[in-house]
Amino acid sequence: MTIEILLQHLLNGLTLGSLYALIAIGYTMVYGILRLINFAHSEIFMLGAYFVFWGVTLFHLPWPLALFGAVVAVALVGVLVDRVAYRPLRDAPRISALISAIGVSFFLQNVAIVLFKAIPREVYRPQWLEDPLLVGGVRVLPLTLFVPIFSVLLMLGLVYVVYHTKPGLGMRAISKDIETSALMGVPVNQVIALTFGLGSALAAASGIMWALRYPQLQPVMGVIPGFKAFIAAVFGGIGSIPGAVIGGVILGFLEILIVAFFPDLAGYRDAFAFVLLIVVLLVKPTGLLGARSEEKV
Amino acid sequence: MNRSLHIILNCGVVGCLGILLALAERFLDGYSIQILNLVAINILLALSLNLIYGFTGMFSLGHAGFMAIGAYVCALLILTPDQKATLFLLEPAYPWIEAAHAPFLLAVAAGGLAAGAAALLVGIPLLRLGDDYLGIATLGFAEIVRVLANNLPRITNGALGFKGIPAYADLWWNYGWCLLGLLIVVRLLGSTTGQCLKAIRDDEIAARAMGVDAFRLKLLSFTLGAFFAGVGGGLLASLLTTIDPKMFLFTMTFNVLMMVVMGGLGSVTGSVIAGAAVTMILEWLRFVENPITVGNLTLPGIPGMRMVVFSLLLIAVILFRREGLMGTREITWERMAAWVRRGRTA
Repeated sequence: MTIEILLQHLLNGLTLGSLYALIAIGYTMVYGILRLINFAHSEIFMLGAYFVFWGVTLFHLPWPLALFGAVVAVALVGVLVDRVAYRPLRDAPRISALISAIGVSFFLQNVAIVLFKAIPREVYRPQWLEDPLLVGGVRVLPLTLFVPIFSVLLMLGLVYVVYHTKPGLGMRAISKDIETSALMGVPVNQVIALTFGLGSALAAASGIMWALRYPQLQPVMGVIPGFKAFIAAVFGGIGSIPGAVIGGVILGFLEILIVAFFPDLAGYRDAFAFVLLIVVLLVKPTGLLGARSEEKV
Repeated sequence: MNRSLHIILNCGVVGCLGILLALAERFLDGYSIQILNLVAINILLALSLNLIYGFTGMFSLGHAGFMAIGAYVCALLILTPDQKATLFLLEPAYPWIEAAHAPFLLAVAAGGLAAGAAALLVGIPLLRLGDDYLGIATLGFAEIVRVLANNLPRITNGALGFKGIPAYADLWWNYGWCLLGLLIVVRLLGSTTGQCLKAIRDDEIAARAMGVDAFRLKLLSFTLGAFFAGVGGGLLASLLTTIDPKMFLFTMTFNVLMMVVMGGLGSVTGSVIAGAAVTMILEWLRFVENPITVGNLTLPGIPGMRMVVFSLLLIAVILFRREGLMGTREITWERMAAWVRRGRTA
């Protein structure tokens, strides 16, 4: 394997990893606050890609505007899902909300099948993302650079919101103790809605970039990336935003590199993540950066 | 109400069911019989998940995996060596796979046992996990089973799956296995062990403090549930005569979960009613997905609409009637007798 090919693989891993990381952040934020695996998150990811597609082909929006519009629209869908399907279940047993989430996930997926039809669709890609660049003698698609850079910008924005603004303070407070936060005057429902909005916006951005990287839209396209991103969140330590990023990037690298070095295992690609999940849950359920929580009797 | 009367009444019900099945077999068309067959299999599947989740409180999303194991083992055993020789197009099967053959009863049982063995194997490490983590880990297990089915062409014929599986699973086999499942689960739940299972569901720590060997009993319930899931998978393989890895996606687990939640977590009769009702409604909704012709006007079919309706139904049940149709209650002879008596005095 030449240095050039290795570099290609590393860049691919970084691209895939940052896409996983963006989705994983949404999972980890919701889990940190509500202890809920938001199954619908993978459908949110799918909607992001579709909204851009429709924005460009149906409304003839310029690409950057379609991108922005789709992120906002998907964020609103995320908030709506919380309002309708999760908020009424705040006091219910945790598994009830989880079943509701599975229901929402299937609902969105099948609504997408009804509205968008199950045929895979081609995605519009701006030309400037496709003309290869030469970086230090290596041919690189601008896309493989665009994805990680744009992801890092989004993550920095998120870190700013979570650690340097008042609503972010609210989020961190709720993740420690929801009842006490409410007593201290944190507007719990609004902050949770904001969390869903932010998480969904990141998932939408990830879905859009995913569709640029793997240019085919399908109503079920979110399922596998969604699961893997959730696994990345668990691996990094669920509830921790840096953990989600690290977990996502590591998972992305692992997948690309294992397939690169052991091509025979390519068919098992989708199983790596699940094996990793089971191993992590058994060996260190709190993940790399997660906080320990004791069960109180 | 005494025990012998119970037995007489239960035998009466089974007898009536037998007569109904005989009549159905003679007078109904193939499509209706197919639905009746699916009803039996789905009741068995709902029952097995209810045992795991509704009665023992282990949130398992691995049902499709257990069903897949049961279906593949059963299919491999009832396919004749000649059929297998022509089926394995990509790569020839291992000789022992090709030679394996068993009668239907043994094949289904072997499918169940294989699923049960798999459950025992993954249960030992995984059942330490709680709630949603167990759910996601068992879901991972089911996905791994599917990836394996896709990637072991010399055993499973890869993505092509099997076609032309002998259609042995008629009404008698399906309802027979369904009744056997019901009998075993009801007897188990009525025993002290069943009480312990419910105690674990309600509060595992308290149950352990009372001296219940929670881990062993959870493993027992998980394995037994997986056994019947495997049996259901085997019957399904023979009923549909074709299987492939795509059949055992998460959707399969979702359907079973839907029946269990709608019927009531922790209610055997709830599972029976919901298993039958959901199967029939799912079939009935197929009409929505096919083009409908009214006079000379043709309405296009809407693919996907079935699951839209069903997922909405599931969300509605969880939001507005979390306990489902029956909650943890059961329809028993006592309740029916009390109901009749009340009607008479009023």
